[in-house]
Amino acid sequence: MSDTVALARKDLLLELRAKETLPAMLLFVLAALTIFHFALPRGTSDVAARGLLWSALVFTALLGLTRAFVAEREQGMFDALVLAPCDRSAIWLGKALSVVAFLAAAEVVALPAFAAFFHGLGGRTIAAVALADIGIAAVGTLFGAMAVAGRARELLLPLLFLPTAIPIVVGGVGGYLWFLALYDAIFAVLAWATFEYVIAEA
Amino acid sequence: MIRGRGLAKRYGDRRVFAGIDVELADGDTLLVTGANGSGKTSLLRILARLALPSAGSLELPARERIGYLGHEPLVYRELTALENLVLFARLYRVERERVGMLLERFGLWEARNERTGTFSRGMQQRLGLCRVLLHEPSLLVLDEPTNALDAHGLELLDAVVEEPRALVVATHDPARFARRATQRLAFT
Repeated sequence: MSDTVALARKDLLLELRAKETLPAMLLFVLAALTIFHFALPRGTSDVAARGLLWSALVFTALLGLTRAFVAEREQGMFDALVLAPCDRSAIWLGKALSVVAFLAAAEVVALPAFAAFFHGLGGRTIAAVALADIGIAAVGTLFGAMAVAGRARELLLPLLFLPTAIPIVVGGVGGYLWFLALYDAIFAVLAWATFEYVIAEA
Repeated sequence: MIRGRGLAKRYGDRRVFAGIDVELADGDTLLVTGANGSGKTSLLRILARLALPSAGSLELPARERIGYLGHEPLVYRELTALENLVLFARLYRVERERVGMLLERFGLWEARNERTGTFSRGMQQRLGLCRVLLHEPSLLVLDEPTNALDAHGLELLDAVVEEPRALVVATHDPARFARRATQRLAFT
């Protein structure tokens, strides 16, 4: 566990210094919600507004995930991490924790903005967003690592991530917390079990 | 230490090398030479457990006994020298005191709190050597280790090379390692 914490701390420190990912995520989600606010007619239903919130959150997460492995890709750091004798799932978990932290930071700004632009926020929506963050980070970190290993990495991540994010949007818009929790459990186990093979020859 | 038979590497249809036999005992040094793109780096990555051979059988030490320095120093540019080594010390279960000792040895103690992205390429290479030696590996795999090193850096590298451990080194400067070499492999 200490390896996971050290790796997550490293990612947060890198972002604190570089300031590349989080500002971009904040700007994107605020811009998207502002556009939706002006694009939707007055009197739009709660469900339609929630749908747009979830769309904004999924694409904001995608933006964050495309940056998640930048240091590892550009500086060859996967080699150094893979060589270390720590459990390779610690690399996945550390990265997933940092992704959750970035998503939560973006949502601290996005959710109040959504509440101001649209119909307010219920506790169920906030709980759904928290559960969705776990699933997004679990599956997105795995796909992010796969994209680093692949040739068409800019294409690969959206192609892999967006289809698997559909259940998150379904569960989020419908407020099905049990469904999101089940999604988290299934994909966390799958990602944990397969990450080692993904980075075996990244 | 290393026993490889009939090692081959292919990338798709392109054959990089085939039929390589490697046998290395404790204290042996394998000197790998050859032109750019001849397969030196591919072989070294296989021997460092970073890649799999396309064919052949291979016995290698455990990951924690291998130290690998590639073309990049493999340190985070946004972290300081100290933060980088403390991170890897934790991952390798190495006492933190060893970090300070290595920084001193490689002349980086004064720069320990500077981000490595601001380092010269030679300083980065020296930090890469610190990272590689952190866990006192019994097999050292060095790919073009003389890159960017100044005269003092080369002296420090020579001292590392003289230490008693198995060594695999790919280089365009074979004369520097000739005295220590017990085996040679020339790629064409």
